[in-house]
Amino acid sequence: MDINDLRGLSTVFLMVTFFGLCIWAYSSKRKKSFDEAANLPFADEEMNKETMQEEARNG
Amino acid sequence: MSELNSALEHPTYNYKVVRQFTVMTVVWGIVGMLVGVLIAAQLAWPALNFDLPWLSFGRLRPLHTNAVIFAFGGSALFATSYYVVQRTCQVRLISDKLAAITFWGWQLVILSAAITLPLGITSGKEYAELQWPIDILITVVWVLYAIVFFGTIAKRKADHIYVANWFFGAFIIAVAILHIINSLAMPIALNSFTAYSVYAGTVDAMVQWWYGHNAVGFFLTAGFLGMMYYFVPKQAGRPVYSYRLSIVHFWALVAVYIWAGPHHLHYTALPDWAQSLGMVMSLILLAPSWGGMINGMMTLSGAWHKLRTDPILRFLVVSLSFYGMSTFEGPMMSIKTVNSLSHYTDWTIGHVHSGALGWVAMISIGAMYHLIPILFGRERMYSTSLINAHFWMSTIGTVLYITSMWVNGILQGLMWRAYNQDGTLTYSFVESVAASYPGYVVRVMGGAIFFLGMLLMAYNLYMTSRKDVEPQAAPAVASAA
Repeated sequence: MDINDLRGLSTVFLMVTFFGLCIWAYSSKRKKSFDEAANLPFADEEMNKETMQEEARNG
Repeated sequence: MSELNSALEHPTYNYKVVRQFTVMTVVWGIVGMLVGVLIAAQLAWPALNFDLPWLSFGRLRPLHTNAVIFAFGGSALFATSYYVVQRTCQVRLISDKLAAITFWGWQLVILSAAITLPLGITSGKEYAELQWPIDILITVVWVLYAIVFFGTIAKRKADHIYVANWFFGAFIIAVAILHIINSLAMPIALNSFTAYSVYAGTVDAMVQWWYGHNAVGFFLTAGFLGMMYYFVPKQAGRPVYSYRLSIVHFWALVAVYIWAGPHHLHYTALPDWAQSLGMVMSLILLAPSWGGMINGMMTLSGAWHKLRTDPILRFLVVSLSFYGMSTFEGPMMSIKTVNSLSHYTDWTIGHVHSGALGWVAMISIGAMYHLIPILFGRERMYSTSLINAHFWMSTIGTVLYITSMWVNGILQGLMWRAYNQDGTLTYSFVESVAASYPGYVVRVMGGAIFFLGMLLMAYNLYMTSRKDVEPQAAPAVASAA
């Protein structure tokens, strides 16, 4: 074992992490919750309206 | 007390601080770009420094970069991150007071920069010129910013943390680390601005460019990708193309960017292995960068027709094209053999501005045009045709700027490396300066056109903010040409 084994292992570790991340992100189990997350920019119009009305009242 | 009760029944967002930062984005954009046009003109016509030390290129150049990056870009990032974190977490900022302190604190930082840099008070580190007392102020403001941002995420009503907040969060954390580590310095006395870096020699250079490139990677990329991930879907009226891709490219981007700094030190005293490492990491960066670009672009699939009528969407989408272009150009320039031609030439300046004008400024401008009517309680901006005019001025200005710098850069690189048969240099340095003159003039024109577009924006902002002025009727089809 020398420093080059460590370097090789760290490359393997990073590759495994990356592929693990891809599998995690693309698993069909998470599709529903990601779809929900992707729609967050459209989920709060009510509170935006409240804020704009409140600001209009306070001039 | 009645106000408090109504706030409890109907929770609202803090739009005041967003509005303040939005207005200052436009103001600092104009100031910073005006200084840019002036120093570009000085390179074409040196007499424009009027023989005054405070107006010399060496002092105004850091003023320009600080003003456009930290004052204009910084205010845009504060405004959009405070807006997006509230709207996607469905909760008000954790503290209005702390948010207000970050606003006034950041303006104080900018003001100190505007005073000290023309006086020649500088640490000499590119993009980190401000001296130690201002560095400490930046650190305090930034920590408060992190508290407001992450505190708001912690009390969110939505289950998920929307992807834009991941990018904003990475930007806030990384900039704190970069700023503190690169700015570590020992003042010569408590009543003196002068301080010396704790690093020396090549290590100092490496720390500086680890900072410098990650200021690009996290301030000018991750932060503005956060902006992209909210405003592109919102303006296009459809969710982001692939949420999964956004997760993969987020982690890939933050993991790889941090290694790319050594490409600023090719063919210097930096060890060869470190240069090669920086080059390889920069090449890999193409993939996560284009992941973001593709994700933003594809969000428009099925909605491309909106580009015909919506100049705000045009700003956002064209900024993504410039992002894709400059993140291709960057890895290419980091290849050592390409860099041996491009380094120290105007090509680098052109590359920076294809990112800074094309990507950073145009996505910010698009986001501001989306935000301003909401923040001032209006249906839309006062004039859509002025937005359209601004869009074309920005695009044409950017293209003129970067093409003139490509020509100049390659010209300079080739002239500097040309040898005669007996081994002497074919050209003296000053000959390459003289040959650069036409490119410098075209650059002034491009920059000036971009700057004038910002004045249209200021007028449009002012008219939108006036309660007694109704927005102009939107043209049926805002000129598609």
